[in-house]
Amino acid sequence: MNKKLFALLSILVVAAFAITACGGAATEAPAATEAPAMGESVEVFSWWTGGGEAAGLEAMQGVFAGSNPEIEFVNAAVAGGAGTNARAVLATRLQAGDPPDSWQGHAGQELIGTYVAGGQIEPLNDLYESEGWLAVMPETLIPLISNDGNIYSVPVNIHRANVLWYNPSVLTANNLAVPTTMDEWFAAMDTLKAAGVQPLAVGEQWTKMHLFETVLLGSLGSDAYNGLWDGSTDWASADVKAALDNYAKVLTYANSDSSSLSWQDAAQLVINGDAAFNVMGDWAEGYFRELGKAPNTDYGWAATPGSGGVFQFLSDSFVLAVGAPHPDAATAWLKVAGSKAGQEAFNPVKGSICARTDCDPALFGVYLQSAMSDWSSNIVVGSLTHGVVANDSWKTEIDTALGLFIADSNVEGFQTALAAACASSGPCK
Amino acid sequence: MFRDKDRFLNVLLISPSILAVLIFIYAFIAWSVRVSLSKWKGLSADYTWNGLNNYFDLFADPRFQIDIRNTLIFTGVFVLGSILLGFILAVMLDQGLKGEAFFRSLFLFPMAISYIVTGVVWRWLMNPASGTRTSGLNLLFNNIGLDFLANQWHTTPTLGIAAIALAAIWQMSGYTMALYLAGLRAIPEELKEAARIDGATELQIYRHIMLPLLAPVTLSALIILGHMSLKVFDLIVAIAGKQLPLDVPAIYMWQITFDGLFYGRGAAVGILLLISIAVLIIPYIRYTLKTEAEQ
Repeated sequence: MNKKLFALLSILVVAAFAITACGGAATEAPAATEAPAMGESVEVFSWWTGGGEAAGLEAMQGVFAGSNPEIEFVNAAVAGGAGTNARAVLATRLQAGDPPDSWQGHAGQELIGTYVAGGQIEPLNDLYESEGWLAVMPETLIPLISNDGNIYSVPVNIHRANVLWYNPSVLTANNLAVPTTMDEWFAAMDTLKAAGVQPLAVGEQWTKMHLFETVLLGSLGSDAYNGLWDGSTDWASADVKAALDNYAKVLTYANSDSSSLSWQDAAQLVINGDAAFNVMGDWAEGYFRELGKAPNTDYGWAATPGSGGVFQFLSDSFVLAVGAPHPDAATAWLKVAGSKAGQEAFNPVKGSICARTDCDPALFGVYLQSAMSDWSSNIVVGSLTHGVVANDSWKTEIDTALGLFIADSNVEGFQTALAAACASSGPCK
Repeated sequence: MFRDKDRFLNVLLISPSILAVLIFIYAFIAWSVRVSLSKWKGLSADYTWNGLNNYFDLFADPRFQIDIRNTLIFTGVFVLGSILLGFILAVMLDQGLKGEAFFRSLFLFPMAISYIVTGVVWRWLMNPASGTRTSGLNLLFNNIGLDFLANQWHTTPTLGIAAIALAAIWQMSGYTMALYLAGLRAIPEELKEAARIDGATELQIYRHIMLPLLAPVTLSALIILGHMSLKVFDLIVAIAGKQLPLDVPAIYMWQITFDGLFYGRGAAVGILLLISIAVLIIPYIRYTLKTEAEQ
């Protein structure tokens, strides 16, 4: 009796196995046959699942639905880890030969080094020409998102990485002007230190990499900085050594508890007057507004020391998959992502500026308006931490070298490791 | 004939789970070994033979050396701390005090919490900020006059990982207590009585009767806690994010594979983890099977 029951249960378990094994195929089949009858669909993969990002995506989805009512928009967003989880899911799908039609990625080498090298995304030059995007995006941007003359993604938004945030009242109280060169910055931080004020607020390791790239830019200038990433600036050179020394010196002004702070915690120290300076991308501005702070009174901003006239950017962009299940619908989506209407819907909500230079400034706040005017007039260079200038493997090696440097403060070892990283995963030979 | 049919049915019935285990565990272990011997770097698979170079690279990598050191410190502090605390709690509960059930649950509850939750709470408790921004345990120490106890917790150079182990001890010592309590209750009262009649003190009873009889429990605890600490990942990430001074092999594996796309080297880390855990567990399983067979 008991045995019979056991046998019955076992058969049920076997059946359950069989059903779940077929499940994948069974659920996909109806979707595939249904789609043409219902009109086309487009599957867009991103990690925009919360806050202004999700709201912005929804707004852009609204624009898409307005111009493409017959195409169903499938939002395949994966939450968690600032995209880490989404990228792991995407990697698995691509290896299984099941790409979404279009996915989000940081514009530049993060996409190129990963997906162009793997032959997984299509060049979009035709789209740029037919939509006239080359005329409305900064000239210096295009080479940074291209490989061998092919443009591979459509940037939707632009964030600036080289922003120095400061507390105006702390600077006034210490009779300090906003520093524009590395030396002025060091002098200002010495004054603050002597006055018992925490000069610089820094957070966990990635915020230190963010600080690192702005110090590299500020010390080397835009040409030599760009050269680091195409192999024309030697990582082992004396100029780079001087930049690394600057970085080591900057870190001596940082708070001792940095490794336990998120970027928000670090930025908040400046807002609260507990620290004078913080270097963070301009998403910090959205955070300041969330805290109810007013621009120019509660917080001020400038290009990081030594990087005036240069806009170090990062951007979320969308790509077209090789073998996209719905290539026409995906192209329609990319047209919306690159359009004025699409970007004007997305960016004010997300708190970033348009990649296009012709968006209406009236839609944006004081800070973003200043960023827009810089974006259309400055020299554009790419961010390291946020995937523009180095592929993922190279960036991971730099991250490891940086982590070891933070632990042991050995500048020579750091420089050797950086040169080795460029040789193993970058363009250096 | 009936027996043969019975046996056939048995094999048939367990075959789905055997098949699932073969595919989803052993086949993937074999695949990972193959990947770890390849030059695979980047998103598309590349099985070019690379010999043991990924392993050699790992051992030459200063980051992996930090990982090994951190794992050893974490394992030492976590396993010893949990076993000591768990044993003390169990002995105290075994004295037949009032409200034993209440305290037993109280000590066990942390185990029911996920490492992520523990991590977030301990991140607040172990805030290393000083001056006006002091908070968490450091603030408590300052307020009750134990200022000298205030420290940098997980941001302490080199030994920071031991602070993470504190959170893990908090979480798992209740479980160790439960193991020991079950062990203590299984020791026949007659043995203790006989010892008392022979004139042994309570301390001598614990030292010469209870502890030896609890050796199998200690071994189980060692194995269970030891393999947990080799795999630790979520607790560290929840407390400190991904930072090199607190790096362990599991975090390295995740970062190098999914952030850096070094699939070959990531697989090598995975295989090394598997081997180190196997070294710990296989002798234990053999021992258990042998003693079971003897019984």
